Amino acid sequence: MIRERLSGNEAVAFAMKQINPDVVPAYPITPSTEIPQYFSSFVSNGTVDTEFIPVESEHSALSACIGASAAGGRVMSATSSQGLSLMYEMLYIASGMRLPIVLTCVNRAVSAPINIHNDHSDSMGVRDCGFIQLYCESNQEAYDNIIMAVKIAERSMIPVMVCYDGFITSHSVENIELLEDSVVKDFVGKYEPKHYLLNPNEFISMGPLDLQNYFFEHRKQLADAMTDSKKIIEEVSEEFAKISGRKYGMFESYKTEDSDACMVILNSSAGTAKVVVDKLREEGLKVGILKPRVFRPLPYKDLTNALRNQKAIAIMDKADSVNGFSGPLYSELSAALYSQSISIPSINYIYGLGGRDVKETDLEEVFRNIIKISKDGKVDKTTNYLGVRE
Amino acid sequence: MIEIRWHGRGGQGAKTASLLLADVAFSTGKFIQGFPEYGPERMGAPLTAYNRIDDKIIRIHSNIYEPDYVVVVDDTLINSVDVTQGLKETGGILINSSLSPDEVRKTIPEYRGAVYTVDATKISHECLKANFPNTALLSAVIKITNLMNREDLEEHMLDSFKTKFAKKPEVIEPNMNAVRRAYDEVKGGNSYDK
Amino acid sequence: MINDKMGAKELPMAGIILKDGNSEQVKTGEWRNQKPIHILENCKHCMLCVMPCPDNAIIHDEDDKMLGFDYDACKGCGVCAKVCPFKAITMENE
Repeated sequence: MIRERLSGNEAVAFAMKQINPDVVPAYPITPSTEIPQYFSSFVSNGTVDTEFIPVESEHSALSACIGASAAGGRVMSATSSQGLSLMYEMLYIASGMRLPIVLTCVNRAVSAPINIHNDHSDSMGVRDCGFIQLYCESNQEAYDNIIMAVKIAERSMIPVMVCYDGFITSHSVENIELLEDSVVKDFVGKYEPKHYLLNPNEFISMGPLDLQNYFFEHRKQLADAMTDSKKIIEEVSEEFAKISGRKYGMFESYKTEDSDACMVILNSSAGTAKVVVDKLREEGLKVGILKPRVFRPLPYKDLTNALRNQKAIAIMDKADSVNGFSGPLYSELSAALYSQSISIPSINYIYGLGGRDVKETDLEEVFRNIIKISKDGKVDKTTNYLGVRE
Repeated sequence: MIEIRWHGRGGQGAKTASLLLADVAFSTGKFIQGFPEYGPERMGAPLTAYNRIDDKIIRIHSNIYEPDYVVVVDDTLINSVDVTQGLKETGGILINSSLSPDEVRKTIPEYRGAVYTVDATKISHECLKANFPNTALLSAVIKITNLMNREDLEEHMLDSFKTKFAKKPEVIEPNMNAVRRAYDEVKGGNSYDK
Repeated sequence: MINDKMGAKELPMAGIILKDGNSEQVKTGEWRNQKPIHILENCKHCMLCVMPCPDNAIIHDEDDKMLGFDYDACKGCGVCAKVCPFKAITMENE
């Protein structure tokens, strides 16, 4: 175990160096730029054997990933915001062709108005593209998830998107524990695809025309694989715990065992929320948080079981669905709770769009509101905008 | 937990200084955060950078609104930026300036906490024959925050310079001089009432 | 060879075609509404009809002797009849 201090992007580039993928096609975009930047220096220095392809757009970046992955390579890339938007068409092709690409999404708002700061509009906007999505609170979780993502992708044959907060995580230097190169190398092992285009002993075609008689079955295969990937994610996380001592579940519960009011929140703001929970606990208030790590596949039964005994829930969305109802996490979790016949008063907050700082006092306001709801059961307004000027 | 805010101008290395401080604190076994004010960095434009230092893991990921210490890399910023905003009176402000703490205090009359000055620019010119005030400022910050004693600081900086200047060993001693001088020459520390 | 009775669990993942040369198994001749007829007495075995045929449906032997058509493959496009300088191929309705 190596103690270090790295930014989120440095940590991910370092993980990629240890993974030593066959091909990395990338196009720079703030705040993910440093990943291909640092990684390309590893390529120039000869510390990795990777074929680095500087392409002319994100559409081309993911296209090159798809080609290289179909050819049989282990492939990684990184992007943010509009870059992910430009990849949109190819995201469905990557998942539809069942190519185990690992894509880092450093979360940033999607224009317009133009903004380079963090929210989750980019990855939430592509939540149905057939990628597994892992969300990370810190640089440590980003590093760990990237390493696990390689194995998860290759076992499930589903591409994985690892998401963490732009600037807040990507550019902040924090303490981190790194694994030895050889440990990572052994953990990810050698990628041995079952079928691949550069196999001289097998002449196959990938991604052919697939019409009414077959397309639906192939989409069902993907849906089944996504469902089954939950078990794979659990297995890989278990294996990772053995080499790192860090245990990851589908989500993290923080002081929810006896809590009455629970906040569901993704990524870096979950850290701030933990600080607020500790503070409110000192006042004797029974609050906790639940931080989903895996959003795709949505572990809806586990999540709802974990929330079953709460008296009030606040579900936090750092992205707006602009659907006249709620943010994406609220829509999905409230549907999940309904499917399990669990009815708990719940409230949705859209927060932190375009990098609006999420302060302790903001989250404290939310906790105090759900404590009130846990007592009187009354939700005045389902969807609220936290800290916006009306 | 100690929270520090740095004020500088794009290109002056305030961000680098905050990362260097994070490095020093890290080397003493602390948990650290070092982050710039997120956004485009433009040469000459005012910018801020931040540090958190603690003995236990730091989970908070918001900006710093009530810092314990403020470091001003360029004293001309005092006229245009509210450098003492939210600054705790139990903490202090360190300004890179040729003026004395009492003279500088007149420019920030509302602040009642400790005021320190160090002429890091002059030290840099004299020791390094160039304007790299960060090494001197870093040394002064470490002194006023009690992050390390002088011996540990010198030992750490020497190690760090040996790595950084592996190909230019002749600049190690001048940099070490800047560290020692700033540690000795930082002035002030009295709060308003005293 | 896949067929449309197979379910998601049986079909190869993502529609990968696992065997090459399977176009031979598709009888494109079923798409034809006009068929070419070889008029042997006019034929000079010049082989001009072989190259333009998009379905490789002109049957000939190693001595460049035109033998007729592969009606499993021929879609009836009529290019062979068009290029024949000797009126040795005519098109008839199916």
